[in-house]
Amino acid sequence: MYDLIIVGAGTAGLTAAIYGQRAGKHVLLLEEGIYGGQIINSPEIENYPGISKVSGYQFAMNLYEQAASFGAKLETGKVIGLQLLDGKKQVKTQEAVYECGAVILATGAKKRRLGLDREDALIGRGISYCAACDGAFYKGKTVAVVGGGNTALEDADYLSNACDRVYLLHRREAFRGDDSLLQRVKKRENVTILTSTVVEGLLGGEQLEQLQIKNTVTGERKTLELNGLFVAIGQQPENEAFRDLLALDKEGYVIASEDCKTNVPWIFAAGDCRTKPLRQLTTAAADGAVAALAACEYLNA
Amino acid sequence: MAVLHVTKDEFETEVLQAKKPVLVDFFADWCGPCQMVAPLVEQLAAETESVGVVKVNIDEEPELAQQYKVTSIPTFMLFKNGEAVKTEIGALPKAELQKLIAE
Repeated sequence: MYDLIIVGAGTAGLTAAIYGQRAGKHVLLLEEGIYGGQIINSPEIENYPGISKVSGYQFAMNLYEQAASFGAKLETGKVIGLQLLDGKKQVKTQEAVYECGAVILATGAKKRRLGLDREDALIGRGISYCAACDGAFYKGKTVAVVGGGNTALEDADYLSNACDRVYLLHRREAFRGDDSLLQRVKKRENVTILTSTVVEGLLGGEQLEQLQIKNTVTGERKTLELNGLFVAIGQQPENEAFRDLLALDKEGYVIASEDCKTNVPWIFAAGDCRTKPLRQLTTAAADGAVAALAACEYLNA
Repeated sequence: MAVLHVTKDEFETEVLQAKKPVLVDFFADWCGPCQMVAPLVEQLAAETESVGVVKVNIDEEPELAQQYKVTSIPTFMLFKNGEAVKTEIGALPKAELQKLIAE
């Protein structure tokens, strides 16, 4: 039995593990994929206090090794539920059931999906959620970016350097992103901006070949021939498995304030998975510390 | 044991004509998830006799990446008798890598 089980081994979870172990608790991290969290996709971090420059990979490795050096254990497993059964606090994965004294959810957030048929099957086969990661594969090709915020505008700008043609598709008329960024994108000759446009279908065989799009004002439908689609429509949390126990907001984030406490006394929430105004590396790390010490306080009471 | 890095020229003999199945890790030096998963790929190679494990640097071998339609890395492809029979995209935990080569 563990004192503390942390669900998710990103920045918040690994930081919580460091604080938990240092407070004398026996900590298990459960991670469904590879540890490190979203930051491993960042080529360079320049806004973490005290570190002027570090790659996301190096940051994640350092953080993991630090947590491991204090004795935190890491196991692979997708958590499918939490429950209180005969007074026992349990964490269920697809393979096992773990018992513990308290839980910290640090499940993070992932890139929001369009929610279209075949979307998952075409990831890495024409669909990408990271222009900086995958853009280089589309040199000289035709791509589309979906979204209306800064990420979509930045992606369109970045991709226009390497790609032959970039379509920027946005469901509304006005962009949410910065005007200066929009003006820069508008100056790119190989970028075509289509507003009031939604993606209705993904067509192709093994690879994405065409998009079915619709103009929401005129109702006109057409297909776009392309090689790649970059989806930049924000993030979504992954807390559905905990909905029966925990209060979530309408977007699915765990309702918890700066103290990281949820509506269930033995469950805490840290990092991007909880309701908060700013989702950054520093705030994830800060949450990890706060949640771990709150959990220790609960365990010691 | 370091995993063999194969070039386009070596791909034929090391992968396509190999007697046993070969897992190919398409990667790049600048890719964080590739770096995260690299030690696991090394471990897998050291522990596995029945399946070969090689790496292809997509910056050095763009033609291979193009030929096998790699558009996101890391991409793991299992080759059997000269054909790609399974593909997984993204940094996988070790258990998933083991599942990919199991059979």
